[in-house]
Amino acid sequence: MQKEYKTLKSIVGPLILVEGVEGVKFEELVEVYAEDGRKRMGKVLEVHNDKALVQMFESPQGIATEGSRAKFLGRPLEIGVSTDMLGRTFSGSGEPLDDGPQIIPDKKINIGGAPINPYSRDYPEDFIQTGISTIDCLNTLVRGQKLPVFSGAGLPHSQVATKIARQAKVRGGGGDFAVVFGTMGVTFEEAEYFINEFKKTGAINRSVLFINTAADPVVERISTPRLALTTAEYLAYEKDMHVLVILTDMTNYCEALREVSAARKEVPGRRGYPGYLYTDLATIYERAGKIKGKKGSITQIPILTMPEDDITHPIPDLTGYITEGQIVLGRDLHQKDIYPPINVLPSLSRLSPTARKVTREDHEGLFGQLYASFARGLEVRDLAIILGESALSETDGKYLKFAKDFEEKFISQGETEDRSIDETLDLGWELLTILPRSELKRVKEEHIEKYMPKKD
Amino acid sequence: MKKGTVVKVSGPLVIANGMKSAKMYEVVKVSEEKLMGEIIELKGDEASIQVYEDTVGIGPGDPVYATGETMSVDLGPGLLTSIYDGIQRPLALIEKEAGPFITRGIDVPALDYSKQWDLTPTKTKGDTVAGGDVLGEIQETVLIKHRILVPPHIEKGTIEEIKGGSFTIKDTIAVIKDENGKSHEVTMVQKWSIRQPRPFNIKKVPKIPLISGSRSIDTMFPIVKGGAGCIPGPFGAGKTVTQQSLAKFCDAQVIVYIGCGERGNEMTDVLMEFPELEDPNTGEPLMKRTIMIANTSNMPVAAREASVYTGITIAEYYRDMGYHVALMADSTSRWAEALREMSGRLEEMPGEEGYPAYLGSKTAEFYERAGYTECLGQEKREGSVTVIGAVSPPGGDLSEPVTQNTLRVTKAFWGLDAKLAYKRHFPAINWLTSYSLYQENVSDYWRTEVAEDFEDFRNEAMNILQQEAKLEEIVRLVGMDALSSKEKLVLHTAKFIREDFLFQNAFDYQDAHTPQKKQYWMLRVILTLYHEAMEIVDNEAFDYDKFVELPIMSAIIKSKEIPMEELEKYKDLEKEISTAVKDMIA
Repeated sequence: MQKEYKTLKSIVGPLILVEGVEGVKFEELVEVYAEDGRKRMGKVLEVHNDKALVQMFESPQGIATEGSRAKFLGRPLEIGVSTDMLGRTFSGSGEPLDDGPQIIPDKKINIGGAPINPYSRDYPEDFIQTGISTIDCLNTLVRGQKLPVFSGAGLPHSQVATKIARQAKVRGGGGDFAVVFGTMGVTFEEAEYFINEFKKTGAINRSVLFINTAADPVVERISTPRLALTTAEYLAYEKDMHVLVILTDMTNYCEALREVSAARKEVPGRRGYPGYLYTDLATIYERAGKIKGKKGSITQIPILTMPEDDITHPIPDLTGYITEGQIVLGRDLHQKDIYPPINVLPSLSRLSPTARKVTREDHEGLFGQLYASFARGLEVRDLAIILGESALSETDGKYLKFAKDFEEKFISQGETEDRSIDETLDLGWELLTILPRSELKRVKEEHIEKYMPKKD
Repeated sequence: MKKGTVVKVSGPLVIANGMKSAKMYEVVKVSEEKLMGEIIELKGDEASIQVYEDTVGIGPGDPVYATGETMSVDLGPGLLTSIYDGIQRPLALIEKEAGPFITRGIDVPALDYSKQWDLTPTKTKGDTVAGGDVLGEIQETVLIKHRILVPPHIEKGTIEEIKGGSFTIKDTIAVIKDENGKSHEVTMVQKWSIRQPRPFNIKKVPKIPLISGSRSIDTMFPIVKGGAGCIPGPFGAGKTVTQQSLAKFCDAQVIVYIGCGERGNEMTDVLMEFPELEDPNTGEPLMKRTIMIANTSNMPVAAREASVYTGITIAEYYRDMGYHVALMADSTSRWAEALREMSGRLEEMPGEEGYPAYLGSKTAEFYERAGYTECLGQEKREGSVTVIGAVSPPGGDLSEPVTQNTLRVTKAFWGLDAKLAYKRHFPAINWLTSYSLYQENVSDYWRTEVAEDFEDFRNEAMNILQQEAKLEEIVRLVGMDALSSKEKLVLHTAKFIREDFLFQNAFDYQDAHTPQKKQYWMLRVILTLYHEAMEIVDNEAFDYDKFVELPIMSAIIKSKEIPMEELEKYKDLEKEISTAVKDMIA
């Protein structure tokens, strides 16, 4: 039953208080009509006796406490999904933005999503080759993983994300794939960049785009990632597709959440973000994965910009606690013109131990060795700044060279350079020839014999 | 059934009126969908209820049904190998009912009420028994004999009737007449309120180490059976891997693993791995001794709060049977956040960082349920519950309230370090900041069970690591050349200790679990090299650069691979080291 009320009591930021309501349910969808008849959507955030607190998805401009109407729809926010959505572009609230027709939904799904039973999950282990050495060898991505990109303002995270989307492949191929892409509060140009990249490579036909730009309503951003993920779940678990979900920029999402929380006068947690930020982010990130008995999968690459490049800021911090690792972009690498500027030391992929077992036998050892040696190399570099290179021991000198070559040859690669995993691993071995044999403690002797290029 | 009415819904918090007869912590069912909730506050006839399921679609006017029971768990045979959510619903049954996504209002029994168990009575008619005494035994899994206990509320009585044979858990297996002449029928299942610690006779000072196979823990920062430890660390530092390897390799008899607000895929990893992996102490699949509680981060937040209590109550139950139980809670920060969320919605006055003022007392209460005890009853069995909690401090900042409150009540502290993790030095337990106050407790055990001089070696190794930290600062300022040969030797030894003793690959089955005797020998050969070299370091013929090139160095590194059965080889190695070093100046 749908009911309409004209008893709007107060409007504070994105929140509207409606009084004298009856039979209103938590999270129910609300349509608010201004006097001119324009419709705006919202949802019930809290209900207390006959008072309902409604959070708007759009700007409340034009809504007055007198003359406006609130209509309670008796159902939560849903999205109509269909495979026809592939190749289409939608707004952050799910309306078509391109010239195409309205979607005739195959079914309507609550965008909140239900948690996957951990018992029903299938452990992700299909190695995805991205063609980027620092990811494939050191931070292996697998199907069903959620691996965010931690970036900073002005760093090329969009390029890195599209490079991954473009080059990602599973060895032996297999399965239909699709890309679901959601933007929250990015600039028009950035959104255009993604759309054009998708068009250029033809990937657009396999993609669903949800675009909320900086000009769009802030609160709309709270539903954008959920629309994207609900669509992705439909494609993955009902249409057997392998879906890659890219969400950018999660920082804007969290800020929208903070705005609503502040308007509600909630007790803030760290830096004014609500105490439930972790739980809220988890309901987005945890919607990646594979389910036993289903062919499809959802791999998530959320992108976020770290305010002041600070990894301990609540947004990257809580994200890192939920996701299965992180790819961190580094400003100093970017300034040295190394592309992609992936800062390997703080980067991590939690699912890579299993993936490393299926790539090549030497991957595990090489991984540990490269990490340890590069970390040592950077330490030596710090030392050399103080003492000068001439004061270094012979071994340390070699580490210094290793670190330099590692950055220039291993991390750095061309925009279109698509390295296979074998090429990447061979390159790693080549770099290890710089170091004395006695330093190679993490690799197996037999692998050294087999894979290390012989010095003449 | 008594009924109230919902007046307010705010996320997982529901307020209902008409609840005058309700008790604190009583379980209620909300709306016609019968969502499970628990009363956490009472004001007049208004009750605040934390609901363990998603509250979408609930609104004022919906009914609330009282059940008269407090939040409790079913304790009985069939717990082992189970995988539960935070409120003891088996995830496998939820899947059967609802498919791969968890929907709500699912009511499934915690234990299988139809399964027949073979019970062998250990008492006969006429025996005098008291609460906690063993009535009979069931082979629950190959590893664990499930002991059926007299329920704690029966103080003393005589067995009027006792049965053996095949029964389901709800069948009466004994009748006990207490001193007041009242007869009690005993079944194999007990209900126990999760917020109420199970009783025991007395607590004892724990003296036996919980051996984990991790060299950083066993040798450097040991924990005892019945102790409490915490693992704080920023993300990516390896908290979960450390917790999991403890769950895999530690020598407790029963493991309760709580995934509290953590990643779904991580739980899946555990669920897939444990049935396959062998327990290094018994050779049986690890799952046979494990109970898993999985409440992932996107599952309802209130159930996350309950999950740690569900876990520890089950742990105490096995302790009462006389087992050594280890409980891993990953992560207690998520539990604290659930408290904070509920507290915020109750509009309580916040303490530090928005956490409720009672965070400290709740944390202490939880960790105090650990301990080495003489179990309830006349039989003087001993059992223990060891609690190891992971803490996820925001930004790795240990000064935050959850870490600080945890440190006050735990005696072993394994501080994980992001810098070590970046270098892929695992376990990333920082040897300079970590500590264990249990070392004193276990020194007797070490002397008799490992080696007379084990503790000396351990202390010396720690000392070398501390010296290294100081020397490194000097090196950073003036360079390696400024050091004396003696100091260089310290650095060289410290490197050995770090890279070849403390570093351990959790994904290599052989390396991940090192028995204590072998740990002793591994450390001993490294220190033998140090001692031998120290003796000749002042000799003019000593050349440090030549020393580090000695072929014996790689032999020491490789000694890691010596199997447990051939520990004698370490003695030979020691002789080799001695000769090799002495030959340098000969």
